[in-house]
Amino acid sequence: MKFKIIIVIGLVLLVINSACQNEGQLEFARYYSAGSLVYQSKCQNCHGKNGEGLLAMIPPLTDTTYLRINKGNLACLIKNGVKGKFLLVGKPFEGNMPASGLNQVDIANVLTYVGNSFGNKLGTISIEEVNNDLSICK
Amino acid sequence: MKGYLIASYSTLFFILLSSCNVNKNKILPILGDRSTVTRIVDGKTTVDAIYKTIPTFRYVNQYGDSITNKNLDDKIYVADFFFTTCPSICPVMARNMLNVYNTYKSTGDVKILSYTIDPQHDSVPILKKYADKLNVNGNMWWFLRGRKDQTYMLGKSYLVSIEEKNPAGEYIHDGYFILVDKQKRIRGMYMGTKPEEVAKLVEDIKTLKEEYTNQATK
Repeated sequence: MKFKIIIVIGLVLLVINSACQNEGQLEFARYYSAGSLVYQSKCQNCHGKNGEGLLAMIPPLTDTTYLRINKGNLACLIKNGVKGKFLLVGKPFEGNMPASGLNQVDIANVLTYVGNSFGNKLGTISIEEVNNDLSICK
Repeated sequence: MKGYLIASYSTLFFILLSSCNVNKNKILPILGDRSTVTRIVDGKTTVDAIYKTIPTFRYVNQYGDSITNKNLDDKIYVADFFFTTCPSICPVMARNMLNVYNTYKSTGDVKILSYTIDPQHDSVPILKKYADKLNVNGNMWWFLRGRKDQTYMLGKSYLVSIEEKNPAGEYIHDGYFILVDKQKRIRGMYMGTKPEEVAKLVEDIKTLKEEYTNQATK
């Protein structure tokens, strides 16, 4: 009898657990698929279909270390654009990335897409996170 | 039975052979306005088509060298219009043009001309920097700077439209790649933002080159 109860409780826990996991996965899928559309219309022309960039002209989005370390600053870069010089994959880049004009929702979407494509594995970057990051833009 | 087989094989062979010939003789159309002249040669009246050609021009390239249409004598070339600070379609056009560059850079008789429509900003050093960033060196691909009104007029000859800066500081311009033959006639136009159209351009340059080799051997 006791044994049966343990099994039932175990099963219930398993169901709840996988339901939660599904909720998280669903949320991720929503962000990611919406983000891929934003990427195609706003980023792909320059950064390329596979985030490869363009030689020494446009930085690639494949520098997983840079993206991971600067995760909290990415929303600001997308919102306000980038001016001047910076180092990426050990290569210097110089130029302008125009301010995107995207709202917080689309920034979160596109960050989740880029953050989990081209070799990056940053997980879901939520609207709350983006709002928080945007409030402390330099 | 054996005779029948041989007959069908040879028919097949003939079809294959003639289909090769069709490919060989493919000729690209000549685009743009044309006028006709009527002449009397040996007492007979003949009508010749006069095709519109790219007019003479004078520009400076990314090395500071003066470039005129004379530098393009006996060359096939691809032209496009751009500006270095273009945030929208230029990077993708440059990415696609690199395919043309890398395919034909060592052939000698194919060139690429990218005319800046923002000469005020795009000085010779800025054009050189742009070329460097694309890993473009040598004299196959020229980035050209000239008088703005001349470039706008020239755009019309290339059948593309260029407009003045809009309030957002952007130039609206066509992203076409224009294929020009050795007689400076337009032989094709390809949307430079679409990889599949640029792939066709790469093929058509080959066809155009063959046109001249065929003429030379005739």
